[in-house]
Amino acid sequence: MISILTRWFHRLASPVWFYRIAGKLLPWLWALFALLLVTGLYGGLVTAPADYQQGDSFRIIYVHVPAAWLSMFVYMVMAVSGAIALIWRIKLAEMVLVSCAPIGASFTFIALVTGALWGKPMWGAWWVWDARLTSELILLFLYLGVIGLYNAIEDKRMASRAVAILALVGIVNIPIIHYSVEWWNTLHQGATVTKFDKPSIHIDMLIPLLLMAGAFKVFFVISLLLRTRNELLERELPRQWVKQLVEENAND
Amino acid sequence: MTPVRKKRLLLILALVAGVGIALALVLQAFNQNMMFYYAPKEIKAGKAPANHDFRVGGLVVKGSMQRDKQSLEVRFDVTDLTETVTVSYTGILPDLFREGQGIIARGKLLPDGVIEASEVLAKHDENYMPPEVASSLPQTPPKEAK
Repeated sequence: MISILTRWFHRLASPVWFYRIAGKLLPWLWALFALLLVTGLYGGLVTAPADYQQGDSFRIIYVHVPAAWLSMFVYMVMAVSGAIALIWRIKLAEMVLVSCAPIGASFTFIALVTGALWGKPMWGAWWVWDARLTSELILLFLYLGVIGLYNAIEDKRMASRAVAILALVGIVNIPIIHYSVEWWNTLHQGATVTKFDKPSIHIDMLIPLLLMAGAFKVFFVISLLLRTRNELLERELPRQWVKQLVEENAND
Repeated sequence: MTPVRKKRLLLILALVAGVGIALALVLQAFNQNMMFYYAPKEIKAGKAPANHDFRVGGLVVKGSMQRDKQSLEVRFDVTDLTETVTVSYTGILPDLFREGQGIIARGKLLPDGVIEASEVLAKHDENYMPPEVASSLPQTPPKEAK
């Protein structure tokens, strides 16, 4: 069992194999993404009832919450790839690491902007310096730091290692974001879905939210595969398999 | 796992643990400042700063709201279900502001015990449901004012 797992691990780490399998997966992922997005948006904007307090304004939850979840999830993926890159020195893990950063930064940015748009009518303020909002802003700066540091170092293998350490140090921010609403008094509400009790959201509102979260996650996988394939081609440009690939595509 | 890799793994774990502990200590030290607002109970106990702005959070007491006829000034009581403080505010209140709602006001404590607020924000809880469901629920005080 272990040997099968390790063999699979090493095959996945092989650039050529990864490039081909990712290419085969992409059309299926696009289809799944379209399906989840259409059903999720229809459910969220049409079939879900208006909230008893916030009326129709609550519907921004269908963008805000999935983006915020993903902003943390992408960071976890990035940090774990960083650890793999540092321990096993697998090149593919380095590429996943650097490919995660712009995607995660975008999700964080979306979460912050939609949060501000939601906060102004409901709370009465675009922005407040409470623990949840501040820790999410720090997350954005961590992503920007990763992007900046990677581009500042010429040697890409060295850059990846430096970035991996930064990503791992920043991981302490993730539990802070998640538990900020419990540990401290915040203006931001407490957890609605991700808690041990049953979710405190009506089932008709919850299902579209989960569909949208699924859509966002699939979209993340798609963009990660695209970016990683790109990074791979760029780094392996002088290699034989890339030249072969270019010739194959030229013949099509 | 080869010894070299094991060593790297331990180094990484030590790094994350070290940063985590350092941050936990810092947060512990700044715990009071991380609180976005004070509850009326804490204000009554004299924990609120006397000479600069702070925030008070709690529920608006039903039937306590008084509007001034001539200006935008409003006065209302805020409670955490144990203690109550009075807040006065001049300006436009957010959409979600109503009696029974959780709010956060920023301002100064006047000598007569009234908080003169320069900003009032509405806090909403983590419950989402359609109006029909909300009206069929038994009336219980919201739990957010802890």
